[in-house]
Amino acid sequence: MTPILEVKNIHKNYANHVALKDVSLVVEPQKIFGLLGPNGAGKTSLIRIINQITGPDKGEVLFDGEHLAPHHVDFIGYLPEERGLYKKMAVGEQAMYLAQLKGLKRGDAKVKLQHWFKKFEIENWWDKKIEELSKGMQQKVQFIVTVLHEPKLLILDEPFSGFDPINAQLIKNEIFELRSKGATIIFSTHNMGSVEELCDNIALINKSEKILDGSVREIRKTYKSNTYRISFKGNLIGFTNSLWAGAELLEKSSDEDIHTVTVKMLRQNKPNDLLQAVIANSEILSFNEIVPSMNDIFISVVENKTTLNTQSSFTE
Amino acid sequence: MNKLFLIIQREYFSRVKKKSFLVMTILGPLLMAGIMVVPVWMAMREKTQHNIFVLDHSGLFIDQIPNTKEIKFTYGTGTIDAAKTKLKEGKFDLVMEIDIEAINNQKTTPHLYYKKQPGLSVEQYINNTMENILFDYRLQGDSIDLGKIERARRPVEIATIKVTEDGEDQKTNSETNMLIGFSLAIAIYIMIFLYGAQVMRGVIEEKTNRIVEVIVSSVKPFQLMLGKIVGVAMVGLTQFLLWIVLTVLISTFINAVILKDQIADQMKQHQQLEKVMKNDLTAKPDKMEKVKTPNEALSFLNNLEKINKTQIALSFAFYFLFGYLLYAALFAAIGSAVDSEADTQQFMLPVTAPLILSFAIAQGVATDPDSGLAQFFSIFPLTSPIVMMVRLPFGVPFWELSLSMASLIIGFLFFTWLAGKIYRTGILMYGKKTTWKELGKWLFYKG
Repeated sequence: MTPILEVKNIHKNYANHVALKDVSLVVEPQKIFGLLGPNGAGKTSLIRIINQITGPDKGEVLFDGEHLAPHHVDFIGYLPEERGLYKKMAVGEQAMYLAQLKGLKRGDAKVKLQHWFKKFEIENWWDKKIEELSKGMQQKVQFIVTVLHEPKLLILDEPFSGFDPINAQLIKNEIFELRSKGATIIFSTHNMGSVEELCDNIALINKSEKILDGSVREIRKTYKSNTYRISFKGNLIGFTNSLWAGAELLEKSSDEDIHTVTVKMLRQNKPNDLLQAVIANSEILSFNEIVPSMNDIFISVVENKTTLNTQSSFTE
Repeated sequence: MNKLFLIIQREYFSRVKKKSFLVMTILGPLLMAGIMVVPVWMAMREKTQHNIFVLDHSGLFIDQIPNTKEIKFTYGTGTIDAAKTKLKEGKFDLVMEIDIEAINNQKTTPHLYYKKQPGLSVEQYINNTMENILFDYRLQGDSIDLGKIERARRPVEIATIKVTEDGEDQKTNSETNMLIGFSLAIAIYIMIFLYGAQVMRGVIEEKTNRIVEVIVSSVKPFQLMLGKIVGVAMVGLTQFLLWIVLTVLISTFINAVILKDQIADQMKQHQQLEKVMKNDLTAKPDKMEKVKTPNEALSFLNNLEKINKTQIALSFAFYFLFGYLLYAALFAAIGSAVDSEADTQQFMLPVTAPLILSFAIAQGVATDPDSGLAQFFSIFPLTSPIVMMVRLPFGVPFWELSLSMASLIIGFLFFTWLAGKIYRTGILMYGKKTTWKELGKWLFYKG
């Protein structure tokens, strides 16, 4: 399948700094692609290049197999992080204007808008001015105008900011629905929880360079450090003694007679070997492999650490 | 192209539908009409009739001073004390006593008694009329023919004539030319400042609203800038047109309905005054100033005939439009470089300086319209919209006008391109205070 978007060796320089250095990405169609990176890494520069707001100094971008050209803007929906609407303009009028700028015909725009307004139960906002709406309400309108023209590629930069949990869920469901209808979504965020929940693939950009990409599942697998968490009833000293040279105890905590330990497997030893060794002296309550969260991976990769801090990780 | 049209449409209607546009549209002509009507009304307000009792001991002036709408003369005899009693009783407003020796004295000093001070015009009228009567009387006494004197006195008015290329001589009048040139230049100046600033505010609004990034993901920044400039230009043209139409309507209405009677009266009175003045003219050369008034209006109209109206009208339309377009692009660039209107100051001065300079040298240009200074600034694109308008009524060679227009078009393209580059980068820059150096760097960013 042709990738919906292919970024090839993009360079972008500003007067006093390099924004992007030889960045390449492939975004598969009908996937949710997470574009991650710390502040100032170059995400916005890359997104602006994809939106043809600015151009790259070197490199090229292919959209659906074609060289990126002005007419492609009508197939892209962009929700910038720094977003807003005309405060003094009525909601409906404004939505009509923005829809037409994306190439929709007046009549089509109206029908589609009415559909979305009904879906979000905001029909009575049509004649209200934007400044009369709350921040969350404005965000809803903004989301609608971003997706209204049914773009093939949707670029959402921090789409959940300004939403309460209920509306954030509403938007999440819409994003999944759009994907099932054929849209590809590039999702830029700092919220790693939502990355694990939403993204199929990610790319991590740091200091103008791509330092990591791939599917979320694969990446998390790669960054596993072969550590396990075991809860058991019994004697902690006996347990420790029964650990043979194939495993190392990293942490321990106790709650009355229930103990929780984190154990790192050394060499090629399998979890079963460990279980066999300890099972005689303890009553095992749970046994989990510790898979690093995207948050851990993000921090470790960006800070260029080799070992992961397992303290904050969660189990799978 | 379609998207540009959409932007123009939004920029236009969002402004025209505002209440402030309506208020400005109505207030403007009212103000203009006020300026035109109030002085007339003020002049007519002084309508109190003065009844003057004239006690002429010399006898020369009896029944000689014509009554006017304001002043009614009653001649009588008796003592001054009896006359003063009449004044006190309120039968008359004024009492004038003319001394028996009035005819022979070197200087005649009639006494005017009053309870309430009469206006200056009353005194002046009496003064002038009496002087004329005395003048004629003395001349006749010396057996001098009044007709001869009238024939001898001839007014002089210099007619300046321009010798043109095609051999047809043109009569010109510097004052008229200056008046026309300056009014047109001021109209352009107002357009640039009023609507150029609106473009700037519009850009700042979009930037602070943060809607700009949404829009430039649909259209090119240059399209957005151009759409705004053209949209606001159309607002300006609509406003000007409405002002002209409304001003004409209002002043016509006021003149026709409210002030009709007064004006007719005023005209009659004016004619009467003119008659009196005419006598004056024959006798007193220093009084000529006053008689010029009606002639002046006439000569203004005459001169208007002589000026190449088509050329001026077309040139005005051209400089009005392109002058605005050029400056609006610069204003848009300023708006894009700042985060709020308060920060515009440092960039405003260099942009407005050529406009202010234009007016500073306009006076000099009008005095010497073909000087090198005038030539240069009427061709330089940042000053030409104003300086050329001042120069044009005096007649400008065709090649100079063409060169000026061509350089304005080139200037417009150049500055719009320049502004577009700054604009494109500026609208997406937040927080940092922009410096001139930085602005310079933006010019070299690759789109």
